[in-house]
Amino acid sequence: MVWGLLFHPQSPETEAIASLLADVLVLSAAVFSLVAALVVASLVRPRRARGEPEGRRILDAKAARARIEAIWTCVTVIVLGGLFLLTVRAMAKIDAPLEPGTAPDLVVTGHQWWWEAQYPNGVVTTGEIHIPAGHRLLVRIDSADVIHDFWVPQLARKMDAVPGLDGYIWLEANKPGRYQGMCSEFCGAQHAWMHFVIIADSEADFSSWLKSQAQPATQPSGSAASEGARLFLEKKCGDCHAIAGTAAKGGNGPDLTHVLSREFLGAGIARNTPETVALWLTNPQAAKPGNRMPDPHLSDAEASALAAYLGTLK
Amino acid sequence: MSVGNWITRVDHKHVGLFYILSALAFFLVGGMEAMALRAQLAMPNLKLLTPDQYNQIFTMHGTTMIFLVVTPVLIGFGIYLVPLMIGASEMVFPRLNALSFWLQLAGGLLLYLSFATGQAPAAGWFSYAPLSEKPFSPGKGSDYWAFALLLISAAMIIAAINLAVTVATARAPGMTMRRVPLFVWMTFVNSLMIVFALPVLDASLVMLLADRLLHARFFDAAHGGSPLLWQHYFWIFGHPQVYIMILPAFGMISEIIPVFSRNAIFGYTSAALSTVAIAFLSYGVWVHHMFAVALGTTFISVFAAASMLIAVPTGVKIFNWAATMLGGSLRLTTSMLFAVAFLLEFTIGGLSGVAFATVPVDWELTDTYFVVAHIHYVLFGGTIFALFAATYYWFPKMTGRMLDEKLGRLHFWLVVIGFNGTFFVHHILGLLGMPRRIYTYGDIPWWGPLNLISTVSAAVLVLGILLFCTNLVVSLQLGAVSGDDPWDAWTLEWAASSPPARNNFAEIPVVRSRRPLWDLKHPDAADWLLEETPVQGGD
Repeated sequence: MVWGLLFHPQSPETEAIASLLADVLVLSAAVFSLVAALVVASLVRPRRARGEPEGRRILDAKAARARIEAIWTCVTVIVLGGLFLLTVRAMAKIDAPLEPGTAPDLVVTGHQWWWEAQYPNGVVTTGEIHIPAGHRLLVRIDSADVIHDFWVPQLARKMDAVPGLDGYIWLEANKPGRYQGMCSEFCGAQHAWMHFVIIADSEADFSSWLKSQAQPATQPSGSAASEGARLFLEKKCGDCHAIAGTAAKGGNGPDLTHVLSREFLGAGIARNTPETVALWLTNPQAAKPGNRMPDPHLSDAEASALAAYLGTLK
Repeated sequence: MSVGNWITRVDHKHVGLFYILSALAFFLVGGMEAMALRAQLAMPNLKLLTPDQYNQIFTMHGTTMIFLVVTPVLIGFGIYLVPLMIGASEMVFPRLNALSFWLQLAGGLLLYLSFATGQAPAAGWFSYAPLSEKPFSPGKGSDYWAFALLLISAAMIIAAINLAVTVATARAPGMTMRRVPLFVWMTFVNSLMIVFALPVLDASLVMLLADRLLHARFFDAAHGGSPLLWQHYFWIFGHPQVYIMILPAFGMISEIIPVFSRNAIFGYTSAALSTVAIAFLSYGVWVHHMFAVALGTTFISVFAAASMLIAVPTGVKIFNWAATMLGGSLRLTTSMLFAVAFLLEFTIGGLSGVAFATVPVDWELTDTYFVVAHIHYVLFGGTIFALFAATYYWFPKMTGRMLDEKLGRLHFWLVVIGFNGTFFVHHILGLLGMPRRIYTYGDIPWWGPLNLISTVSAAVLVLGILLFCTNLVVSLQLGAVSGDDPWDAWTLEWAASSPPARNNFAEIPVVRSRRPLWDLKHPDAADWLLEETPVQGGD
């Protein structure tokens, strides 16, 4: 997976940004070269001979000076005017206007420190957000607590997630693939690990994924997993985490209905393996220092029963 | 000398030096904080600092460098130099002058006292609400931060009023506003900017403290407040503050480049007027810190245009300096080397600033390491380079001794190499998608090696700065005796003894042009003989 935008824009919106960025970089290089050339020219000029009167040259040439200054200023204004036009044009392309009242195709909510995505059919997922490639989606960006920023460098502009203020962006991927995203506004202790992935699927893959995510959680089979399901409610895990099809309906933590289908835990801090799950259950602050999950104080037997239950949530 | 003796000093030269020396001390502290951050980021997944420690240290680094180093050191140079440059014997309000320094120092100490409570502020130097609110920052750090900034803000406003009144009323006979040195012009404009910008910071700090301590709801969206209110207030202060941290540096460069180019400044009037233009524009561009917020494209594009406009007067200045050098004959002292390097480094910082005014580029690069590169090219490559140039230039006036040129050259090259090595790669890291303010990162292509280059270069930079400190200490004892006017300069401070006597001048030279000392030394070729309207000055 390639990070960053400059060399690999993957949507019409980021192609517009990259092309403007290239213009700006070329222009900057040209201006810098001009200033550097002036400096170098003054460094290599032959030094004035000793005793020659100093410091009069400029005072003597007022008219010429005024003319040079006017030319320099006009050129700057014209170049910046051109840049402004390019800017406005690119803005119109990236932030294409939307019909008032258009419903978003996806609602993304920033939490300290993970991302939740909600689909119109009610599917809720965390951190690994599937979209159909080649479709332009309207995404609403919200925050549940502090200000975050939703950023997928290769696919879309940044948008701050501000409490009480809805932000909208167009999100689109030219072709199927995995595109890394991350929070880009400092949001507290674990700002560094607030990653997410946009997974652009073919249309068939996307609809089968959406269908499987819409299923409620599978009923646990086997004694350990059933015990885990009971413990999940008894230990009040359900106060923060939801598992569709059960009494667990909390909204402060990630939805765990299909937690096993996800590749990463803790917004990118670790892969989703049985060991990681066990660490989260027994010592959440070691799994991700500062995160909002309290230590559930589980015995070893309880922890392994819960792990067995979570292991069934495909 | 007893402590009481120090505290009661009101001589503007002592107060100026207090400002400069305390800023130097905080500069070393802020530098150590920067090294801790760079060490933590040297390689992927390091655990030298915990997330909380990292966040506290970067908050303290930013707050220290902005409020305890760059702003006060520029004020300090102003307090030291302005009376000398305009031919005055003292600031207009000497005791207010001393008060401003002690308030500034108290603010700095209060900020650092937060470490003693175990809870330094950790919400960043612009401390966005609601992250800085009680539910998300329950410790006392943000309270210390806000109270410390209130003290510092009071100090800045007092010093600024004093400087502005001094420039307006205490100029020597003949020293019209069209003849004052450009450093005085820029300090004057800067002081007015402080007087208008800092009260806005005070208002936002008071609202934050009301929220935190009195259960008010200014920034709480769930109860009718607005997090955007903080952003608007903070950046209406914050963007002028950016120029408050560079305009006096422009003034220093405008003094140093002409003297070492043996040439009068190219375009005095445009250099002064462009400063006024920058000051006005700086109050109309704050939203460019908020382009990633959903504010609407039309609204945003107005601020984009205003932000781009700032490049016009700034470009005029760059051109004035380059043209002065081009028409002159350079003397490459260490001071001049730093001034020349300033020109190039600041140009890079200015250009990346224009990049952020082109909104879609901002939508991609804001809050990445590209911003970190930009602010350091402006504040370090710009202001700190200018301050090094200023120190080599005015140290002889302040102490009567020259700084060592050999050590100076070594210091210069270490700083140039260390600075560019540290911060140029940050542009690339930003383009590669690295967000700012992350305490660690995973194993991502190129991030590790580029960060390592940055950290190693930062160590070189620190070496250069330690060499500079050595030079200060050694030259103070052993430096060559400078005499009153070691650079064959033209402005009035060089007519005073080195260091200047208590009342600065035994006799003030007649001021009939912008370069009174030139006139004194070259009566047959005096500037005022050439000026068309010598009585009014004129350009």
